[in-house]
Amino acid sequence: MTPQDRFISIRNVDKYFGSFQAISDVSIDIGHGEFFSLLGSSGCGKTTLLRMLAGFENPSSGGIFIDGQPMTDVPPHLRPVNMVFQNYAIFPHLNVRDNIAYGLRRQKLSGAKVNGMVGEMLDLIKLPGYGNRKANELSGGQRQRVALARALILRPKVLLLDEPLGALDKQLREQMQLELRELQRTVGITFVFVTHDQEEALTLSDRIAVMSRGEVLQLDTPTGLYERPVSREVASFIGTMNFFDGRVTGSDAAGLTVDAAGLGTLHIPGPKGAFTDGDTVHVALRPERFELAGEAPAGESGHARGVVRNAAYLGERSHYYVELEGVEAPVAVSAQNGSGSSFSVSEGSPVWLKWHNEAAVVLRPE
Amino acid sequence: MSDQTLQTRSAPVATQATAGRFGRLMQRSEAARGYALLAPSLIFLGVLILVPFGILLVMSFWTASGFGFDTGFTTANYQKFFERPIYTALLNRSLFISGMVTVFTVLLCYPMAYYVAFHVHRHKMLWIVLMTLPFWTSYLLRVFAWKVVLGYEGVINSALMNMGLIEAPLEFLLYSQQAVIITLAHAWAAFAILPLYVSLEKIDKSLLEAATDLGDGPVRRFFRITLPLSLPGVISASLLIFIPTTGDYITPALLGGPDGAMIGNLIQKQFGPINNWPMGAALSIILMLCIATISLVFILLTLFVRKRVS
Repeated sequence: MTPQDRFISIRNVDKYFGSFQAISDVSIDIGHGEFFSLLGSSGCGKTTLLRMLAGFENPSSGGIFIDGQPMTDVPPHLRPVNMVFQNYAIFPHLNVRDNIAYGLRRQKLSGAKVNGMVGEMLDLIKLPGYGNRKANELSGGQRQRVALARALILRPKVLLLDEPLGALDKQLREQMQLELRELQRTVGITFVFVTHDQEEALTLSDRIAVMSRGEVLQLDTPTGLYERPVSREVASFIGTMNFFDGRVTGSDAAGLTVDAAGLGTLHIPGPKGAFTDGDTVHVALRPERFELAGEAPAGESGHARGVVRNAAYLGERSHYYVELEGVEAPVAVSAQNGSGSSFSVSEGSPVWLKWHNEAAVVLRPE
Repeated sequence: MSDQTLQTRSAPVATQATAGRFGRLMQRSEAARGYALLAPSLIFLGVLILVPFGILLVMSFWTASGFGFDTGFTTANYQKFFERPIYTALLNRSLFISGMVTVFTVLLCYPMAYYVAFHVHRHKMLWIVLMTLPFWTSYLLRVFAWKVVLGYEGVINSALMNMGLIEAPLEFLLYSQQAVIITLAHAWAAFAILPLYVSLEKIDKSLLEAATDLGDGPVRRFFRITLPLSLPGVISASLLIFIPTTGDYITPALLGGPDGAMIGNLIQKQFGPINNWPMGAALSIILMLCIATISLVFILLTLFVRKRVS
C-alpha cells in the first residue's frame, strides 16, 4: 500500500455515547482522489464516522489520520476537510456570494481576488449571476450547489458529504448524482459520501463500506458488493437477492458441491477452504441471473421446474415470481425484454428456470 | 328511505331559523365571528386606555387654577416644559438611566440565555423557570430587598466593613443613579432573558457547525453567525426593557434620592402633592412621544435586521 492509498486512515476506531457503542473497531483506508461511500441504514454509525473525520466527534479509542497527519488533537476548524451538511446549513443572513466566500475570510485575500474565486465557483456549480441572491430565494438543488461551492472553494484535502441528495426529488437527485461525480473528477478531491440509498452509492462510488450496528460489514467496489457479497445481510441490503437453504456435500479443487432446496445439486466453482462437508449454507442468486425457458434446457447449466405466480411488465425488463418445489418464498426473476427469446410467460404457466452455477454465491447462515 | 333523507336535510334549516338573525350572521360571515371574539378586548382597550388617553391629551392643553381647571385651550404647559431646564434635565436623565439599564440587562442576560440555549440539554424549562424565579415576588418587595442589600447599614456595606476593607459605609450605593440602575436591571431581567433565549434557541445548530467547519474558531463564529442571527432577540429585549423603565417611578422614589429622581417621579408629584394635573398630563404626553419615537427607531431597526437575517 502506498501513502496515496492511505490518504485517509481510520485505525481501530471505537465510539461510545454513554454506554451505547456507536462505532466498534472500524478500520478503513481511503485513497487519494477516491469517491468513497459509507452506506447503511439509519443508526448504523455512518454519520458518526463522518463527523469524526470532520472533528465534531472524537473517537473513544483508535486514531484517524489524514494525509499522514494524526487528527486526534486537531479541532474541527483547523482540519483540512470540509463538509456538505445534510440540510446544507446555508447561512440565512448572508447572500450566495458571502456564503461561498465565508471560509476565505481567514486567508485575508483582496476583495477582487475573492470575487474572482467566487465567480469561478459559481460557474463550476452552474449558478453564474446568483451571487446576490438570498439564501431563502434558492431552491433545494441550488442550496445544495452553494453548500458544495462553499466547501470546495477552500480546496480541502477531503470533502465530506452527509446525505447531500436526500432532500431532493428523484429526478433532481439523479441529475445531481451525475453532476457530483463529474465535479469530483474535475476537482480531484477525495470525497467521503454518506448515504442510506444503495443505488446512489453504487452509481457514484469507487468503493463502498457497508455498515451496520457500528461495524463495517464489507468494504468493496460496487461490482464486488453486488456480485460477491460476504454475508446475507450485505446481499439483501444491496439490490434484490434470492436465498436458498443448502448443505455442503463435497469440496474439491474446482469448488463446492452444494445441495440446495429447490435448485438441486450445484457445483459452484470458486469458494474453497471456508466451508467443509456438512456445513449448512445459503446459496444466493440475483434475479437477473435466472433465465426462463419453456422446456427443459439441455447442457450443463443448472435448471429447475416451477410455476409463475406473478408477472410484471416494466418496459425494458419484466419481473416474475416463480414458485419452486421445496422453496417457501417465490424466486424473483428479472428478465430483459426483447433479448431474442420469444418465449412468452403468463401467470400460472409452468416454466423452467435456468442459471449458471458460477453466478451463485455461497454464504454462511447468520 | 326517501322520507329519512328529507328529514335529515330539513333539520339544519330548522336550527338556523331558531338561531335568528344574529346567529345567521355569525354563521355566514367569518369577519363577524372574528369581531365577536375580539369584542371583549376591544371594549376593554377602548374604555380603559383610549378614553383616559383622550382625557389626558385634552387636559394637557388646560391650566390649573386653584383647585379647579381653566379649560381654555393653551399650549402654556408645553412652553413651560421647554423653558424650565428642570423638566428637560429630568427627561434626559430618565432616558439615560433606562438606556444604561437596557445595556446592562442585555449584556448580563445574553450569556445566561446563551448558556441555556446551547449548553443545557435536559430540563431546559426548569432552567428558564429558575431564571424567572425573582418574578414570583412583587415588584415592590424586590425593590425593598435591594434597599436592604445596598443600604447604609445594608448587606454590602456591613460585609465590607466587617472584612475591614472600608472604614465608613459607602454612601453612593443607595440613593443614587447607580442604585436605580442596579435595581431596575435586576427587576426587568426576565423580560430580556426570554426573547434572547427564544432567538438563540431558534438558531440551527448545524449553522454553527458549518461555520466551524469553514475555519472559524469559537470567537469569530460568535460574531459572524450567533450574534447576527440573535439580533432580533437583542432588539426586542432592549425594547421590552427600555419602554417600561423610562417611566418607572417606584424604584427612583425608593432608591434614587435626589440624584436618582426620574421624570416619572415628577409626573406622579404633579398629579399628587403639587396638584397640577394639566402639567402632569403634558409631561406624560411628552414622555410618551419620546418613548414612541425611540421605539419606532428600534422597530425600524428590527425590521431591517429581520429582513437581512431571513
